[in-house]
Amino acid sequence: MSSILVLVEHRQGAVRDVTFEMLTAARKLGAGSVEAVLMAENCDVLAPSITPHANKVVCVSGPAFKEFSYEPYQKALVKLIGEKKPSAVLIANSAFGTDLGPSLAVALNAGLVSDAVAFTEADSGFSVSRGMYAGKLVADWAMPSEPAIIMVRQSNFKPEPASLGGAVEKWDAGDVASGAKTKFISLEEVPTTGIDIAKASIVVGIGRGIKEAKNMPLVQEFAQDIGAVLAASRPVVDAGWLPKEVQVGSSGKTIKPKLYIALGISGAFQHIAGMKGADTIIAVNKDPKAPIFSVAHYGIVDDLHKVVPALRTKIKEMKS
Amino acid sequence: MEIAVCLKRVPDTAEADVKVDASGKDIVRDKLAFTINEADNYALEEALLAREKHNANVTLVSVGAKESEEVLRMGLAKGAAAAARIDSASLGDTDGIGIARVLAAWFRDKKFDLIFTGCIASDDGNSQVGPALAELLGMPHASYVTKLDIQAGKITVKRELEGGFLEVKELSTPCVVTIQTGGNTPRYASIMGIKRAGAKPIEQAVGKQGQPPAGTVPVFPHLIKVYVPEVVGAAQMIEGTLDEKAGKMAALLKEKGAV
Ligand SMILES: Cc1cc2nc3c(=O)[nH]c(=O)nc-3n(C[C@H](O)[C@H](O)[C@H](O)COP(=O)(O)OP(=O)(O)OC[C@H]3O[C@@H](n4cnc5c(N)ncnc54)[C@H](O)[C@@H]3O)c2cc1C
Repeated sequence: MSSILVLVEHRQGAVRDVTFEMLTAARKLGAGSVEAVLMAENCDVLAPSITPHANKVVCVSGPAFKEFSYEPYQKALVKLIGEKKPSAVLIANSAFGTDLGPSLAVALNAGLVSDAVAFTEADSGFSVSRGMYAGKLVADWAMPSEPAIIMVRQSNFKPEPASLGGAVEKWDAGDVASGAKTKFISLEEVPTTGIDIAKASIVVGIGRGIKEAKNMPLVQEFAQDIGAVLAASRPVVDAGWLPKEVQVGSSGKTIKPKLYIALGISGAFQHIAGMKGADTIIAVNKDPKAPIFSVAHYGIVDDLHKVVPALRTKIKEMKS
Repeated sequence: MEIAVCLKRVPDTAEADVKVDASGKDIVRDKLAFTINEADNYALEEALLAREKHNANVTLVSVGAKESEEVLRMGLAKGAAAAARIDSASLGDTDGIGIARVLAAWFRDKKFDLIFTGCIASDDGNSQVGPALAELLGMPHASYVTKLDIQAGKITVKRELEGGFLEVKELSTPCVVTIQTGGNTPRYASIMGIKRAGAKPIEQAVGKQGQPPAGTVPVFPHLIKVYVPEVVGAAQMIEGTLDEKAGKMAALLKEKGAV
């Protein structure tokens, strides 16, 4: 029977959520035995947390696998995939996974589809759906050749519990360290020095729709009116208009406020990953087709530069 | 030191109504504004900073139709020394790895210490070209880089990971680095630069996928169709005049305890 390999992603000794999302998606595929590939300094430590979720855990230990570094992982996976001949390999579409996937695909001369949000078995190989144009379109791809390397979007599949009790298979990667051209030095955590947006109950998120730095006071004052903390999408932080520590999203913070008000934010999945857990989401965007409206509970299609001043007037009236 | 930067011209679709064309595989492009891919603009800036700090020569390359020369000219205007366009007319549908094969065929007989690309293209969202190109050229790579320090024979980079973590890594050169947005402040071209760039030649090359590797020829992934996603669980829209919308939203904020 053919197998689906799922690469376990972990960081600082903890398995990342996307691993369980991928294992759930792999089980639902029903296309073969689900084999988790766990590479770590000592894989015995993490294996017990994976065995319930897979038919088998391929356990690969070695100092080279302590940190997620594409070079040793790629060397080991080329050998492992060559031996196991899986029909598909699932890798997270994460900062680590996307560092590894494309070069692995080239090394294997295999096909790869990035940022997959759905996949099914097809007559030949797999059929994979993925987002384009920041979520405005979906593209369906055919992956006829095996192994199909599918890069799985994070926070997309809901992880489900399982009790497969998969067997642990020890596998020796051999020498993956010699001839290395890259070297891991350290992991740095960007400290939060000012406001922790994750602790706020009302958050106003500012997006590129704000257009210019000189428009920031308008939304700052609005946030003050309603006792909210100001946060932002990535481009606003990239422009230096707000500090990195208030960036919401996959490469920023994940927040679950009572109320999130998105002003001029399109709703790219990297942003949504950080705020979809809010109890109530209100979005103001002048584009009626902005993807943000598919996660928001309430929406206003209009120019934020008009809505916010009008809203402030109404709030002042209500308060007096 | 020789640095190459790979640039892509992309449509700006953030505020546009994106429609599928008759082929069902692409979007209607004629009403869209085009620009340099956002991350590529940061990659270009990183190269220009290295040009100033390390006296590097910057060469630009883009795979695309004639219009791609707009982004090359813009890069030349900012200070790049040379530019090449690899025509994409004969390539058909390709994914990022396909584009990497085309670029690799062009790079193969040239010598660069560093090759920069953007970390992702805003149109297809693939994040494939940089790491795939590195592998094809037998070079190491690092993706999502926001800080980069060039030394003799090696570079030290900071890669941005999820949740506010940075990974510090060392790579031997030559290598490929994909640049994430936000690590620098892309400059604007000067009027003088734009004037000078207009006269600079742009090398014209023809896109070749290169020889398929020996052994079995796999059937690479191919695009079936693109479509506008069904909106699921859509927001309840607050309608009316501006004044009515503001009034309803204020009432909603009150209900949610914000006023
Ligand atoms: C690895 C990686 C990690 C990332 N991490 C993050 C992250 O953590 N957080 C994050 O936010 N992004 C992240 N991004 C970037 C993400 O892909 C998007 O580019 C970004 O979220 C877009 O921000 P935006 O919605 O503000 O801008 P855009 O997508 O440009 O959207 C602007 C929106 O404003 C609207 N608008 C314009 N003018 C007005 C107006 N006057 N009134 C009302 N609306 C208006 C437009 O219709 C549009 O919908 C990441 C990307 C990558 C590749």
